[in-house]
Formats: sequence, structure tokens, C-alpha cells
Amino acid sequence: MQELEQLVNAAGAEFAACDDSAALENAKARYLGKSGSLTEQLKNLGKLAAAERAAAGARINEAKSAIEAALTARREALSQARLAAQLAAEALDVTLPGRGLGTGGLHPLSRALERLTAIFASMGFSVAEGPEIEDDFHNFTALNTPENHPARSMHDTFYVEGGRLLRTHTSPVQIRFMEEHAPPVKIIAPGRVYRVDSDATHSPMFHQIEGLWIDREVSFADLKGVVSEFLRKFFERDDLQVRFRPSFFPFTEPSAEIDMSFGDGWLEIAGSGQVHPNVLKQVGIDPQVWQGFAFGMGLERIAMLRYGISDLRLFFENDLRFLRQFN
Amino acid sequence: MQFSEQWLRTLVDPPLDTPALAHALTMAGLEVETVRPVAGAFAGVVVARILEVAPHPNADRLRVCRVEVGTGEALQIVCGAPNAAAGLLVPCATLGAQLPGLTIGKVAMRGVESFGMLCSARELGISEDASGLLVLPAETPVGKDLRDALGLDDQILTIKLTPNRADCLGVRGIAREVAAITQTPWTPIAIAAAAVADEARQPVRLTDPLACARFAGRVIRGVNPRAPTPEWMKRRLERSGQRSISALVDVTNYVMLELNRPLHAYDYAKLQGEILVRWGDGTEQLELLNGQTVTVAQDMVAITDDSGPIGLGGVMGGASTACSDATTEVFLESAFFPPEAIAGRGRRLNLGSDAAHRFERGVDYAGAVEGLERATELVLALCGGSAGPIEDHQLGAPPRAPVLVRPARVNRILGLQLAPSAMADIFQRLGFALESVGDDFRVTPPSYRFDLNIEEDFIEEVARLHGFENIPAEPAQGAQRALPLAETERPPARLKRLLAARDYQEVITYAFVPDEWEHTLAGVAKPIALLNPIASQMNVMRSSLLGGLLDCLRQNLNRKQERVRIFEQGRCFLRQGEAFAQPQRLAVLAYGSEAPLQWGTPARRVDFYDLKGDLEALVWPRRLITVAAVHPALHPGRSAKVLVDGLEIGHLGELHPQWLQRYELPGAPIVAELDLEPLLALPAPGGTPPSRFPTVRRDLALVMDEAVPGEALLAALRKVRPDVVSELGLFDVYRGQGLPSGKKSLAILVLMQDTQKTMTDQDVDAVIEEMLGVAAKQFNAKLRTQD
Repeated sequence: MQELEQLVNAAGAEFAACDDSAALENAKARYLGKSGSLTEQLKNLGKLAAAERAAAGARINEAKSAIEAALTARREALSQARLAAQLAAEALDVTLPGRGLGTGGLHPLSRALERLTAIFASMGFSVAEGPEIEDDFHNFTALNTPENHPARSMHDTFYVEGGRLLRTHTSPVQIRFMEEHAPPVKIIAPGRVYRVDSDATHSPMFHQIEGLWIDREVSFADLKGVVSEFLRKFFERDDLQVRFRPSFFPFTEPSAEIDMSFGDGWLEIAGSGQVHPNVLKQVGIDPQVWQGFAFGMGLERIAMLRYGISDLRLFFENDLRFLRQFN
Repeated sequence: MQFSEQWLRTLVDPPLDTPALAHALTMAGLEVETVRPVAGAFAGVVVARILEVAPHPNADRLRVCRVEVGTGEALQIVCGAPNAAAGLLVPCATLGAQLPGLTIGKVAMRGVESFGMLCSARELGISEDASGLLVLPAETPVGKDLRDALGLDDQILTIKLTPNRADCLGVRGIAREVAAITQTPWTPIAIAAAAVADEARQPVRLTDPLACARFAGRVIRGVNPRAPTPEWMKRRLERSGQRSISALVDVTNYVMLELNRPLHAYDYAKLQGEILVRWGDGTEQLELLNGQTVTVAQDMVAITDDSGPIGLGGVMGGASTACSDATTEVFLESAFFPPEAIAGRGRRLNLGSDAAHRFERGVDYAGAVEGLERATELVLALCGGSAGPIEDHQLGAPPRAPVLVRPARVNRILGLQLAPSAMADIFQRLGFALESVGDDFRVTPPSYRFDLNIEEDFIEEVARLHGFENIPAEPAQGAQRALPLAETERPPARLKRLLAARDYQEVITYAFVPDEWEHTLAGVAKPIALLNPIASQMNVMRSSLLGGLLDCLRQNLNRKQERVRIFEQGRCFLRQGEAFAQPQRLAVLAYGSEAPLQWGTPARRVDFYDLKGDLEALVWPRRLITVAAVHPALHPGRSAKVLVDGLEIGHLGELHPQWLQRYELPGAPIVAELDLEPLLALPAPGGTPPSRFPTVRRDLALVMDEAVPGEALLAALRKVRPDVVSELGLFDVYRGQGLPSGKKSLAILVLMQDTQKTMTDQDVDAVIEEMLGVAAKQFNAKLRTQD
């Protein structure tokens, strides 16, 4: 009786002292193996009187179960310890930087243009394009600006061989698009334009966005609505003020300069107006039936305002340290 | 157009302060660019006469003046100005006077008390002149407040006038406009006809109304060429940006600024015979007032006398008949040259004049005699003399046809519901003659307006006077049409985003480049030249984006960037017969290490295959193929043309080492340039169910000559049993030990899968055998044997 209890306790102690499975299996053999202590006890059962045999057998089996349970528990504990050791060994410095390529980005002007295009798309404007080497007809004459018109001196034009020129604005896209498409017309036309002018606030190459909406009833009030809506969404400012004031462009009438303000002074950001009937006639559209507006906006100007860029020249210096800030 | 506010207010004085007046002008389309006070904010400065100038006992550079300021008591003032002299009238800041940043008090200067300060123009904010005291005109009343004496409570307004508003190139025209927009009455300038006191006449003949439609002239004899110009006129001229020259010239300039009426004064004694106004003959030379000699072209107006051309009509007078300080007999010309006869001529001669600026925009035909009378009145008053009769030659005024203005259309264009009566009121305020025609109006523009020819011109006037700010901003209305959004097309922005995600930075470079780039990098012998480049290194249009990217690389290397990955999208310009092709291109450049410096990946330089991988991602899911090809910018052994679906779309390669030094680069970047258009197309999407049968993998190692292009072999193998070969990929290229020199081994993975059944070993072997056959036959390639 006492002997069995001591045996169970001894096995438990011995198992607990085993640090690896080999030692544990050796210890197991000492109790449960062919000549293990408990096995010896079982062998001795036969020597007992039949009356005692059943009770003794039951006690021995009970002890065996206890030893086996201790063994299983120890095996489990050792296995857990092994896993823990392995996991500990496998630990990473999770704070180290990730591997691979970095991330590039769009030029801030492209970024602004992407945003602008999306806002106008949401108002139903699609995107049109035109050539940058233009002819005099599309850049001036068709836009109601005949030769010798004083308005031509407002544009310092680059001339290319063969009587061509670099477009001074995106407005020729109006003509090219309407030559190909019957109204209604609802487009924006972004692109590069060129003027002989280079100083701190002028670049000889810059970007404009032309807008053109021709339909049966598109009025000056719609022009004000569309441009104001665009500016408020582009700048994400409902308190942004927009001002239209009379101006002159040969290809619009009435013509308006568009100024905007965040509350401290006005900034000129676009020229606009109702498309001049001569322009519509030029492309075979009846101005008594169709009417609408056009505008031309400086992309650099609105990108500078949006991103707080102080110097126009930064856009074309392509300093990666500058450009990466917009990624 | 620059003018004095005081001058304007003598003609129209609306109850608005200066900023409000400037705002009203701006919002009516006369944009006020600047408002500048003519003097600083000072008070307590009076006109003083210097009575006496004595040396300062203790300072060589100072003097002690006694001045009279109208108080009956002389003041002692210490002064350092070199021009201080007895008898001069000068500004004196008396005790307590406020000058910008300074209050005048009694001070002792080197032991001598001073009771005020004599001032220079700069100290009063009148000009930058600080060389000495501001010397005042002799008749200035002593003791008078300087601000009143010189009319210094005035601002100079500068208006950025649009070309359509020629009528506002004179102060009277601006006054008329202010009266209309502020609804304030204005005072017309009273002009009296001068008494004819001389019979001298100058014969004049006009030939063509298209060259000169009206010419009014008059002789004035006995004028004093050295008569002084009065201060009030000098002041108005100077505040309009005109220097006073002589009384005669000043009068013509004054009338031009006042009435927008350019005049010309000839020295009558120098005129020879009849003045004939005609078109130039294209050969005659003319020396102009400014000393420039020009050839009078056939589309320029020549003013001639018996000696030949004596003036370029509407632009500038000639030197031979110019007035001088010896002129005592003048012939004044007040003419009308149609805008079409003048426009652009000055620009062509590289010559600007106030007259040409006005005539090409439009000068009032009707005002010719009025202007002449105004000038006569002023000449007689200033220079004396007696006026001859006015001879007025007219060939007919430019038409001012009445225009039908339909209120319904006005409202439709503007998006307003304005009553017709409100429109009529606007037209009346502007001085337009109008009559009702049913619901509409027939409106006749005044002779001084050249910008009112069609209904839209009047719609603009309604909008302007009603106020742009009073037109509502309507939310966009009308039929909502969805935009077409083809699934087989993508916008360029998507490609840019793809490149950005692969660590490329977009740049934007100029489209004009040095011709050298075109010669060397693009192999273009005769680039498209700019006739007026802004700089010699920006003299031709680019046919390639590569130059700009290389330049950008060089500049960023100078900024100590070691790894540069950039791209640009933009137009290139190529000759196409007489025309120019202008395709959009996309160019990419990679330089430096393949990945940013990092701990977990061994560093290596970016190479051809890195960039090719980026291009493959760009055209995915379409397949991109590169074939060896030479390009002037590229290393001949490391350059390829790029094909997609059999179409050549550009080049890829390493920069030719010969350009490294020329473009100041320490190492060769990998570059590619592709046409944009083909990259925007995408295959139409669609799908079939995947096969349910198992996939079988076989690897082949094939040995062949080094010269065999890998893509050729793979393409040939892809053609073998495409019905069961689902994937075929290259996963190793081996050279060296175990292979004869000049040979390489390509390891190829073949995945096979039948859609109808499970492939047996025999099925698979048959496919592989077929592939080996193709490899052996076409490329002399053999299976690499284990040894």
C-alpha cells in the first residue's frame, strides 16, 4: 500500500526532474518498462492469495494510471517548453524596416490635374486634347482674333518654321473639337502652352485647362455656377469666394476674369465668358440655337494655391527633393 | 492708362472714396491695377521763401537759413541741403509738423537752434530725389499749406485697359464711364471755338477713306515756342506719366490724355506745298520724330508733302517738319485713321507710340474738330498767336449701324430675368440711342465706341452695368449624360500611377531643347527649329523625351541624389513631310542601385532587365517583346526595340557610354521611351472556367549557342501544343563550368493541363518530345545531360 504510494510519488518526482524526452523515456522505463518497478509489482500479484489479488491488482492499476498521467503531463510540459524555446529562437526584430522598392509619385501638376479632371468629370465634362504646334488659324483667327488684332500683342508667341506657332493657350482645342463634334459639347482640355516670357512669375512653358460647354441654354449664370462649384470642391473650402469681373477676350462675350479669395485679397485664376458667336459660326454651329461658355484656367496657379507652393519655377526644376513631398 | 484722380473728379465726382471708386471701375471692366498717392502722408508743411543763408558756426556741411512762412516772422532753420539759396521757394515743415516717421520739434543742431525743417522731395514721399531741397515754382504762394499748393491730396490710378475700350484712353472717356456705372452726373468739358484771326491755310488732300477718313487742320501763327507750361497742366501730364517738354508739345499730349484725341503739330514753315495722305509705296524712307528711319510699306499710311513723306499717319510724325523751340507757326492736325489702317504697323516696325496705340483701337471720328478747337484754345492761351480757319476734310464716318437687341435673348445668354425697361435704362446711362421695336430695341452705339457691332456686344454692356456680381451662380443644369468609359482604354494617369507604384517619380521638362540633344540622342539632323527661342539652349522642339530625362538626372546627381528613377509623359515633335507629327510619349529612366539602400537585400545596380520588368508590368496583361536594335542614344549591345502585339512602340536600353562625358554623367542609366497611344489600349476582359484536371510540371534544361535569342526559343516552344501547355517560363540561364564555352543552358518550366482528361505520362512525354524536336531543329538546342 504504502509502497505503491511511494512509487507513484517517486515516479512523479523523477519525471519532473527530466529535462528532455530521452531522460523522460528512460525514467518511464524504470517504472513502466518490462522490468520496471510497477511491472515487478504486477508480476508479484500471482504470489498473493486469490482473495487479495483483485484488490491489489486494482491498486496497482490505479498507481499505473497515476504514473502514466504524470508521464503524459511531463511529456506535454516538455513539448510546450521545446516549442517555447523554438519560438523564442525564431523571434524577429519586428521594428526593422521592410524590404523592397520605395514608392514614387506624380508631379504636383499632374496630381492637381488628376483631381481637377475628376471633379469636372463628376459634372459631366470629358477630356479632349490638341496639338501643341498649332497653326495661326486655330490659335488666333478662328478664335475671332484676326491678324493685327491688338489682342494678339497680349500673347508673346513662339514661332516655328513653316509659319506654325506654339499654341499660346488651350483655346484652339475648342475649335478642333467643335470641328469634329456636333453640339452639345462639354469638355475640358488640359495641356501645355507656350509664351515668350521667362522670369520669377512666368515660365515659357506652362499648363492651362480649357473648359467648353455648348448646349441650348447654357448661360453666363451656368458659367458662374460651374466654375464656383469646381473651385470650392478643388480647394475643399466652402468659404472660398469667387468673383467674376468684366474683361475682354476676342473669343468670348461677355468676357470675365475670374478671381478667387480665401478672404485676403483677390487672385486672378482664369479667363472666361460666353463663347463669341463668330467662334461658333466658324465651326458651323448656329449661335441662335446653341450657346455656352468657355474658360481657360492656369494649372500652375491653382496648384500653387492648393499646395502652398511659393515659386513657379519649382515646377520645372524637377528637384527630386521637392517632388517627393507630393508622393 | 494712368491718370490723376483729382483730374477725373473735376469731371465726375461720385460719392465714393478712392478704394470704392477703384472697385467700381474694376467691377465694370476697367481693372484698376494700382492706386498710388502722389505724396507721402504728411501735415504741417508750408511753402517757405528762403530769405538768407549763412554759414553754420560749428559745422561745415550745415547752414543757417532764415525763412519766411507767411506768418510775418522769419524762422531760423538749420539745413544741410547743398542747394539752399536765398530767394528759393521750398517746403518747410514747421514745428509740430508730421512727416512719415517723424514729428518736427525745436532742436539745437551743433549749438544753433532750428525751428523747423526744409524738405527734399523724398522726405515728403513725392519722388526719390534726395539730392537737395524740393524747389517750388516761383508763383507758389508763400505760407500756403504745401498739400494745397501742389495739389498733393491726389492718387494716381493705373487702369489695365482691355483692347476693346479705346474710348477710355482719355480722362473724359473714363469720366463718362464712371458717370454711367455710378449713376452720377458728369460735367462735359466746355470747348469754345476760337475766333479766326488769320487767313493762313494749309492745303490737304485725302485719297482713300480706308487710309484716312477725316483730316481737320488749322494754322496758328505767332506762337511763342518758349512759353512756359502752367503748373496745373504739368501736374496732370506728370501724373499721367508724361514729362513736360514744351508748351506746344504739352498741349497736344494734354488733349490726347483728356479727350483721347491724338494730334500732331507740324512746323508750318517747313511744310512744302500740299499735304497728301495716301498709302505708302513700299520704297520711301522716312525719318521719324524719334530718330528712327523706316520704309513706309504699302499698307502704311503716308502723310506727304512736296518733299515726300513727312509722317507715318496715325503712328508718328516725321523729323523734317517737327516743331522746335524756334517754331512760331504751327499746323495742327486732328485726323481719323481707321483702326485697320494702323493695327499692327507699329509692332512691325518695333515702334510704340501713344497715337498708334489709340488709333489701332479706335479714336472718335466725330471728335476731330472738337479736339482741334480744344488744342487751339490751349495754344492761344499758353503760347499766344492767332488761329487760321479750320479746314475739315471728310471722306465719311465708319458706319454705326443700329443693332437689334432682344431682351429675351439677353436674359437667355446671361441667365437673368431682367425687365426690358432695366436694359433700356442701362443703354441710356451709357448714352446709346435706342428705339423700341415690339418687345425689342434697336440700339445705335455712339461714335466713340468701336466695340459695339452685334447683339452680344450689347448683352455684355447689360451684364457689365447690371453687375457681374448680380448675375446668379446657377448649379449646373440640363440633361445628365454619363461619360463614355471604355473598358478597353485607360487614361494616361493610370500608367503614371503604375510607374509611381514602381518607385518612379514624374518630372516635367521643357519641350524646347538644345539642338545638340536632337543631333546626338535622337539622331535628328534637322530638328524643328523655333524662330524666336527664348535662349540658345532651348532652340528646337524635342523629338524625344530622353534628353530632358538625362538632364534631369544630371541635375539631381549634382544635388547629391544617388538613385534616380524618373519618368515623363509629353508630346514629341517630328517632321512628317510638310506637317509635324506630335505623338505623346512616355519615357522612363533608372539610375543607381536597383532598390533603395536597405539592410535586407544585397545592393546591386539597376540593369536592363529591371527596367524591362517595369515595362512588362506597364503593358500587362499584354505581352511585351524586346528585340536587339540600335539606337543613337543607346549602348549597341544593350539596346532593343520594344514590341507589343507585333507593333513597335519604342526603345529600351542602357545609355551609350560615349555620351557619359558629354552629358556629365558618372555612369550609364537605363532608359526607355515608348509611344503612349498603344499603351492606353487594354484587351477586352472575359473568362473561361479553369480545367478540373491535374496540372503536370516538367522542367527542361536546354543547351544551345550563346547567340540564340532566348525569346526566339521560348516563342517557338509556346507554339507547341498550346491546347495543353498552360504555362511556359524561363527560370534559369546558366553559363560556365560543365558547359563548353560559347554555350548557355536555359532552364524552362512547362506546365501542362488538359481540359478534357487527366494527362498520362505518355501524353506528357509526347508534348516534351515535340518540344525537344523543335528546339533541336530550329536552334540546335539539346537537353543538358547530367554528368
